[in-house]
Amino acid sequence: MSPKGTTRWRRVLLPGLLLASLIGLWQIACSTGVIADALDLESFLVPSPAEIAQSLWENRGLLAENAWVTLQEILLGILAALVVGVGFAVLMHRWQLLKDAAYPLVVASQTIPIVVIAPILLVWFGYGMTPKVLLIALFCFFPITVNTLDGLRSVDPEAVKMMRSLNASRRQRFWRVEAPAALPNLFTGVKIAVVFAPIAAVFAEWVGSSSGLGHLIQSDTAYFQVARQFATVTVLSAMALALIGLVTVAERRVVTWR
Amino acid sequence: MRQDIRMKAESSGSQTMEPPSPAQPPRAESIRLRGVSHAYGELQTLDEIDLEAPADGVLGLVGPSGCGKSTLLELICGLREAGAGTIGVGGGATAAERLDRCAFMPQRDLLLPWYSAIDNAALALRNQGMGRRQARAAAAGLFERFGLSGFEASSPAELSGGMRQRVAFLRTLIAGKPVLALDEPFASLDAITRAEMQEWLAAALRTDPRTVVLVTHDVEEALYLSDRVAVLSARPARVVAELAAPVPRAADRDASVTDPAFVAVREEAMHALRGSLRSP
Repeated sequence: MSPKGTTRWRRVLLPGLLLASLIGLWQIACSTGVIADALDLESFLVPSPAEIAQSLWENRGLLAENAWVTLQEILLGILAALVVGVGFAVLMHRWQLLKDAAYPLVVASQTIPIVVIAPILLVWFGYGMTPKVLLIALFCFFPITVNTLDGLRSVDPEAVKMMRSLNASRRQRFWRVEAPAALPNLFTGVKIAVVFAPIAAVFAEWVGSSSGLGHLIQSDTAYFQVARQFATVTVLSAMALALIGLVTVAERRVVTWR
Repeated sequence: MRQDIRMKAESSGSQTMEPPSPAQPPRAESIRLRGVSHAYGELQTLDEIDLEAPADGVLGLVGPSGCGKSTLLELICGLREAGAGTIGVGGGATAAERLDRCAFMPQRDLLLPWYSAIDNAALALRNQGMGRRQARAAAAGLFERFGLSGFEASSPAELSGGMRQRVAFLRTLIAGKPVLALDEPFASLDAITRAEMQEWLAAALRTDPRTVVLVTHDVEEALYLSDRVAVLSARPARVVAELAAPVPRAADRDASVTDPAFVAVREEAMHALRGSLRSP
């Protein structure tokens, strides 16, 4: 109990202390005007942590509204990537011919910078949610497919022989051996997807949208609302962290054997 | 009320209420190999193997590492089709028929980490379509008999090497097949645990006799557990000697393996092994 408790405290406390002191330093630097002077900027362009916190509070309604839009895009995008990614991995695992044919193309498709597709998606699907969800799904599809396929293929061939000898049908082999074996890899893929998704969402909103955190950051540029931009970034980052935390907790609940 | 339950049980058939228990062993089957050869591409692994094991007899296969013992075992189990020759297990000659009659225990225990010990042991019953609760109930009796009670809900990672091997053996036994194919079942264990497990397996086979093909690189293990031991040569494997064990599966292992008759046969087997290595 005690050593485990100690490490947990260290894991939470030490980064917390570091973050607090960095924010403190930033606050001091702002109140003395050191950063603005060094960058040769007007001081209102370099908001202090206190000003950002104030902006967070004052704009809480606006931020929540736009965060909800971006969160929906992210969740729907990841969901679409999960369904298509896992489905495709299972199909490629089941039919070697399909894998031989499609896998090189899937890998090659990753050389296309997906962001350049964003304007095309905008032309096709307009300013609504669809092009954002599609762009996020395109970002997240690859890590999920590749990791899931790796997991399915990681099964010990001896375990397959054992299952065949114990009268397992192909379906039983899949659900009792291959699918559980692939779960940890699937979670790895989802974690990568969760990190990518907010970036993809912000980019998709920049290309063309009327709401969302990315849209807010962009529109605030024109009005020099730097404090609110920082506040928006804070919300976006908190959202991404919460998603990663959620996936990690889910992984611990589901993959109990690691 | 009670009558109702019994009526229901009878009408739904005995299969669902009374799972195939290893206490009522399956029909005993013999094994017969004639002129079995096999190659992986250009690589000849088995050369004209003739072997026989009577019903409920234990056939040991020893040979140098990589000689094709495991391939031979997979052929017998119907996990592969032989390049040439015939393999009969009971009335079954095709790979599918052999697969139906043999239960394969792989080299490592390969317990599935996402299942508890008892769910691993009951895997074959689940595969045969039995519900989880019934399968567990059927396996629970064996857990008690084989010194594993109290560990039903443990995860495989919580078990010692010897216990994992016991669960893996139960998983093979519970399949209810006449032939057990064991591929170096105790190779991963330390010497003391291995000796204990050999004694344990001997006791298990005394109470639940089965036709067993035991692959091992340990001559002593083969001679203690088997009725007959076939010594295979280096690749491509041929049978260079067949020896009868003096006292198969004696209750007192230590006394059995130090008996002069046992030592003499062991030396004979070792001699055959060394000879097969010298003249390829």
